Amino acid sequence: MATVTVPEVERENYLNKHYGIGSWLLTTDHKRIALLYLISITFFFFIGGFFALLIRLELLTPAGDLVLADTYNKLFTMHGQVMVFFFLIPSIPAVLGNFLVPMMIGAKDLAFPRINLLSWYLYIIAGGMMMYCMLTGGVDTGWTFYTPFSTVFSNTKVIEAGLAIFVSGFSSILTGLNFVVTIHRMRAPGMTWSRLPLFIWAHYATSIIQILGTPVIAITLVLVVAERALHLGVFDPKLGGDPLLFQHLFWFYSHPAVYIMILPSMGVVTEIIACFSRKRIFGYMFVALSSIAIAVFGFLVWAHHMFVAGISVYAALIFSLLSYAVAVPSAVKVFNWTATLYKGSIHYDAPMLYAFGFLGLFTMGGLTGLFLAALGIDVHVTDTYFVIAHFHYIMVGGALMGYLGGLHFWWPKISGKLYPEGWARLAALIVFVGFNLTFFPQFILGYVGMPRRYYQYPPEFQVLNVLSTAGATVLGIGYLLPMIYFLWSMRYGKPAPDNPWKAAGLEWQTQSPPTTFNFEKEPVVTWEAYNYDEIDAGHKQEVHVAG
Amino acid sequence: MFDNFPLWPARASSTAGNVDALFIFLLIVSGMMTLLIFTAVVYFAARYRHRKGVLAEQIEGSTPLEITWSIIPLGVFLVIFVWGAVVYFHSRTPPRDSTEVYVVAKQWMWKLEHAEGQREINELHVPVGRDVKLIMTSQDVIHSFFVPAFRVKQDVLPGRYTVLWFRATKPGTYHLFCAEYCGTQHSGMIGDVVVQEPAQYEAWMSGGSTGPLSASGEKIFAELGCATCHRSDSQGRGPNLLGAFGKLVQLEDGRIVTFDENYVRESILDPGAKIVKGFKPVMPTFQGLVSEEQLNALVAYVKSLSQPGLGGVKTAALPDSMPAKGSQVQ
Repeated sequence: MATVTVPEVERENYLNKHYGIGSWLLTTDHKRIALLYLISITFFFFIGGFFALLIRLELLTPAGDLVLADTYNKLFTMHGQVMVFFFLIPSIPAVLGNFLVPMMIGAKDLAFPRINLLSWYLYIIAGGMMMYCMLTGGVDTGWTFYTPFSTVFSNTKVIEAGLAIFVSGFSSILTGLNFVVTIHRMRAPGMTWSRLPLFIWAHYATSIIQILGTPVIAITLVLVVAERALHLGVFDPKLGGDPLLFQHLFWFYSHPAVYIMILPSMGVVTEIIACFSRKRIFGYMFVALSSIAIAVFGFLVWAHHMFVAGISVYAALIFSLLSYAVAVPSAVKVFNWTATLYKGSIHYDAPMLYAFGFLGLFTMGGLTGLFLAALGIDVHVTDTYFVIAHFHYIMVGGALMGYLGGLHFWWPKISGKLYPEGWARLAALIVFVGFNLTFFPQFILGYVGMPRRYYQYPPEFQVLNVLSTAGATVLGIGYLLPMIYFLWSMRYGKPAPDNPWKAAGLEWQTQSPPTTFNFEKEPVVTWEAYNYDEIDAGHKQEVHVAG
Repeated sequence: MFDNFPLWPARASSTAGNVDALFIFLLIVSGMMTLLIFTAVVYFAARYRHRKGVLAEQIEGSTPLEITWSIIPLGVFLVIFVWGAVVYFHSRTPPRDSTEVYVVAKQWMWKLEHAEGQREINELHVPVGRDVKLIMTSQDVIHSFFVPAFRVKQDVLPGRYTVLWFRATKPGTYHLFCAEYCGTQHSGMIGDVVVQEPAQYEAWMSGGSTGPLSASGEKIFAELGCATCHRSDSQGRGPNLLGAFGKLVQLEDGRIVTFDENYVRESILDPGAKIVKGFKPVMPTFQGLVSEEQLNALVAYVKSLSQPGLGGVKTAALPDSMPAKGSQVQ
């Protein structure tokens, strides 16, 4: 439904205002920083993807024949660390959030532009440390760093990896801090809390987790480094420590971290569904508050990763119950998205296809979470491929679909160019099919009993592993395509109009690409989010100007 | 070809059926939820696809609907929660009088020792129909004892005992996997659980034993001089261990703890941690002086002092002044 108007001569915008490497590396423009993040996390995405490819190739046969056992262990460790800490956690907040949070609320920039740049530099320093760690031998503890393996027994670069993730955490904290302050203090006149796009609510909830959770993993990793380097007895029972203490601390952050990945994706999908259904979101306030509920409850479920770790049955009972509590707001969101489609006017552009994909994969990921939260079943399937499949459905199926959908949706705004729609729809389809082919067999594999992190496996598991590897190949192509045509579009794509989707939201009321300060004058908001009725009825939305 | 392509694991323990039943229930529930959502999405997407001139109908929302689709899932979740908890409690509560096997995990092998004294590596023989309790510890990192056919799994930790139990229901040979990543040969830390008919099992048991584990424990107990203080006449400097196992003990600091495997273990390695009321912290630590296997033997011995007739050591045979009976170390 993209409508193309022939553009005039290129207007001044954030991309062409300044040229030269210095204008990028020293920029405090949230949009340029978003692009810096986009390039950096794409780099790490392909590194993590390369590790995944090698893992899947190794698992093509039951015997360990492609790489050595130690190499395999490093591959899955660094796949996890790179994908979690250097791709998924920064992905939507640092790229789309950075670009859109100020624009959506009618602000010129984030509250602390220089801290925003600092957070990118911290990310780059952390990324450099991680690269150093990988290039000098890598690390083999699993991304979970379980003690005492990580503190005493592993002879790989644990300290280097731990410190890299420690530094990357500060980047995440600063981004969250910036968003919270910006959303509180910099909303345009008339942009009340109940008029905020749900993307903003999702990022607000995410930021809370980033600020409160990340320091805990930072402390935990410092303790791991201290025990490893100085033999401080914290986690090693031989030194009087407790290995379960590590798991509690680790998951206190790392479970909410899943919500750092999925909440922003939910925000993206909400925007897309509203736009391509031409409707306001069904149950706006419930969707908004469910994000906050997920963020809050998400902090109270960490020990569901430890049902067989040696915690008491009563603790297990409480954490199982709370895990079901956190499932309710997620279910509410899915129902509201579905209800939004009802009596809509639905378009099938590529972003919407990604949103449909998100709905399907997140629903399956969420429902398999019900299996894992059931104590009796978790005993059997924890630490098997069932868990691998489940969290990939959430973190890759959910978070990544949202990220890709969002990139397509806002690409005209970000780059000022249109991507090729046909290719984009094809890529969305390939990603969806490839994803299911890769990860669905792993549910079965897990229930049949194949443990995770296995370099070699009994021959009866081979058929399912071959299916999974075949799917991964398809998925890989699905991920390469957008990168190719996005790059292509930057040079050859048709110039994008200011609002190609006729979308609601302040970010569409300014030019594409926007000017450095986003709006010519501070806008005044007099309408609710998702006022698609007014837009489609032809009332051209007036952006009032303050002063 | 389906030999090479199992879609369901073998079901060979008393727990497996419980887990499978809940799993199937969840498959049905989540299948229905998936169908509901997918049908709605596909139907709406097709039925309300964009048509020229037809505008979307704006709907604000509906609080009754929101409440409905919060409460109903919550109700379903609670059913799953309760059912899951019941299965879990059952699989976490070893029946009394279970046959005991001590397991020591290390990078990268499983060492198993039956109470009767048979030792095995990466292989565990058990009879059909008998409750078997594994008392497990690790010599190095965390491992996890996982038998898919039994639907049981328990992490094995260094520095403490964890327990797992099962009752095998079908003869056969089943995979034993290490399920917690433990280093280079993690995927090689596998073995077999061999479930045998009772007669076959007895035949297997009759070979190769060096005597009951508790008897080895008794020997170690004497060698280490434990009996000097842990006297059975309650006159020693340490608590009397006779009949103490499985009971509650009152500590000097007022706490009450269960005299179980972990308590015995801790009291040998860290005697000052939990002193029995009325005793002084005079016992030296045995940390580094006893191996995991010797610890297991000592635990088995202390336990046998509370189970006359079981475990192979007759307490009556102990001379009063020596083998102690005592208690834990204090």
